[in-house]
Amino acid sequence: MAIHRHDDHKSANGFMEWVDRRMPVTKVWNEHLAEYIAPKNFNFWYYFGSLAILVLVIQLVTGIFLTMHYKPDAALAFASVEYIMRDVPFGWLVRYMHSTGASAFFVIIYMHMFRGIIYGSHREPRELVWLIGCVIFVALMAEAFMGYLLPWGNMSYWGAQVIISLFDVIPYFGPMLTEWIRGDFVVSDATLNRFFAFHVILLPLILVALVFLHLVALHQVGSNNPDGIDIYDNVDEHGKPLDGIPFHPYYTVKDLIGVGVFLMIYFGVIFFAPDLGGIFLEKDNFAPANSLQTPPDIVPLWYFTPFYSILRASTDTLLAFLGVASIAVGVLAAIFVKVKAPWRVAFVVTGLVAYWVFDNTTGKAWGVILMGLAIVCFFLLPWLDRSPVKSIRYRSLPFKIALAIFVVAFFILGYLGMNSPTPVKTLLAQVCTVIYFLFFFLMPWFTSIGKTKPLPERLTSAEH
Amino acid sequence: MAEMNMADGHEVDEVENQKRRRFLTGVTAGVGAVGVAVGVTPFVLSMSPSERAKNAGAPVQYDFSKVRAGQMVKVEWRGKPVVLLNRTPEMMAGLGKISASLADPDSEQSLQPGYAQNPERADASRPEFLVMESVCTHLGCSPVEKLAIGPDPQMGDDSQGGFFCPCHGSKFDLAGRVYKDVPATTNMPVPPFKFEGNIIVIGEDDGRTA
Repeated sequence: MAIHRHDDHKSANGFMEWVDRRMPVTKVWNEHLAEYIAPKNFNFWYYFGSLAILVLVIQLVTGIFLTMHYKPDAALAFASVEYIMRDVPFGWLVRYMHSTGASAFFVIIYMHMFRGIIYGSHREPRELVWLIGCVIFVALMAEAFMGYLLPWGNMSYWGAQVIISLFDVIPYFGPMLTEWIRGDFVVSDATLNRFFAFHVILLPLILVALVFLHLVALHQVGSNNPDGIDIYDNVDEHGKPLDGIPFHPYYTVKDLIGVGVFLMIYFGVIFFAPDLGGIFLEKDNFAPANSLQTPPDIVPLWYFTPFYSILRASTDTLLAFLGVASIAVGVLAAIFVKVKAPWRVAFVVTGLVAYWVFDNTTGKAWGVILMGLAIVCFFLLPWLDRSPVKSIRYRSLPFKIALAIFVVAFFILGYLGMNSPTPVKTLLAQVCTVIYFLFFFLMPWFTSIGKTKPLPERLTSAEH
Repeated sequence: MAEMNMADGHEVDEVENQKRRRFLTGVTAGVGAVGVAVGVTPFVLSMSPSERAKNAGAPVQYDFSKVRAGQMVKVEWRGKPVVLLNRTPEMMAGLGKISASLADPDSEQSLQPGYAQNPERADASRPEFLVMESVCTHLGCSPVEKLAIGPDPQMGDDSQGGFFCPCHGSKFDLAGRVYKDVPATTNMPVPPFKFEGNIIVIGEDDGRTA
């Protein structure tokens, strides 16, 4: 029986012809690598997408080998990790590759997200690429959080205790929900066992599926570039972009350079400073979990600290400030926004209602809400950004200033989250929390003011 | 199938068929959804606390005659740290000095048995003796004891002693009552307890109210 081929890609040889009739290998290879046309001016920031895939593979492979020796049992877990470190041949290497890989993953993802923000890669038509990416970010945080419980160190234990207790603030269902998540009244063997199941089966499957969708969506719309203009605006007589080159071999080779540099840094950390002075592996986690003894200074791993700072910053002082601020915003809007009188009244009433809400709720609930909102803000970026241009190269000054302030505030929040709270630090965290949210809430305004530079006709890149 | 020259009756049948098909599809999907819900239930419930976990909540006994004035011990009850603190007269005096800076000085929003809802948050027969779950009401950390009266980097310059949560900086006095303007908003819970001579039983009070 004849097999009808559904594509007109040219098979390399008779064997591939046989395969291609039965499975579209050449078609997929061509469409996603050899004939996937990418802009020719990718720079440093474009390494991080492929590096993220590399680290995902490293985590999957090292994870499989760790499960061969690890015991997901509260009585055995801590000792089994020490066994991997001391007795299993090269166990130390596999484990340090996994623990350092987790931190490397977040470094790369944060850089990758920053690239998206500065070059407008979240803008139309790449909203879904961005949204799926944000879901990957959330799934990655869940994966990292659950993985951190597995060594069953004291910081693992209390970190999980704190984060699971976040759900307690949900009215009525909260305590029931936290018991269900833990499978016990406290973090215990049941919690460890299920986190192991989620960490090694459920979330890796979800992550791989999401990365696949991320790439499918990207290849549907094509890659953005540092100039933020559409390469299909300039095509030759065959409809091929003049400023586009095939991903393979040009970018596979370029990305290999990035891989080489990354591996040098990555293994440098693994061999010379696997705990990076308590940042990649916290000192308190070298003691076994103790349900009676909270570590003197409980902090999450560095990649959660900006959000953790926002959680901690939510005290009555911050709520009082937010309450007064919402009245001020309502009044200012009523005075300056050019709308009919009923709207002006509505602005003031909304401000008063917001004040009442802030005045009659607790800092604990708002801490959780604000921390959640801090992550949700990233999902909204494609619609908050109103600039007529995509790339920071042509953006107006207000955007650049706002972004710089935001990055500084984000780093300060991250630093404060690694340190124990004092009155001054809490105040600083509150200021940075306000800046963090202002960056997103004011974005529709500051992206639409100021003078943008004219866009180039063609991609700009230095001739080689 | 629905040709233009079909009789009217056939067209009506065709519409009827479409309606029946949609109805049947809807009913099948609905029954299927119920089936999925029933099928998912055992998996969801399998994650709730097991019988073994529930049985681990038995009362705990401790001979408190060994705890001298000013001393504190921690015992484990239901996997939680429970503080037993024998407060000195100075500590007891300090409780009255700070009521103004507390968020819930009368423990109206907080969890404790009726016999412990008083400024000392203790049994009236032994008011100096504090029994308390050392679990911060913010996010469940175990606060660190700061028993000394006097300046303390975390508790402030005029500290009357108390507990400080290292996680998010919540402060409590020596009765577990929370200060104002910290992340936690309610006092640390007091579990049910009773005295049997020199033995304190945590987790059981025979339903007493006083």
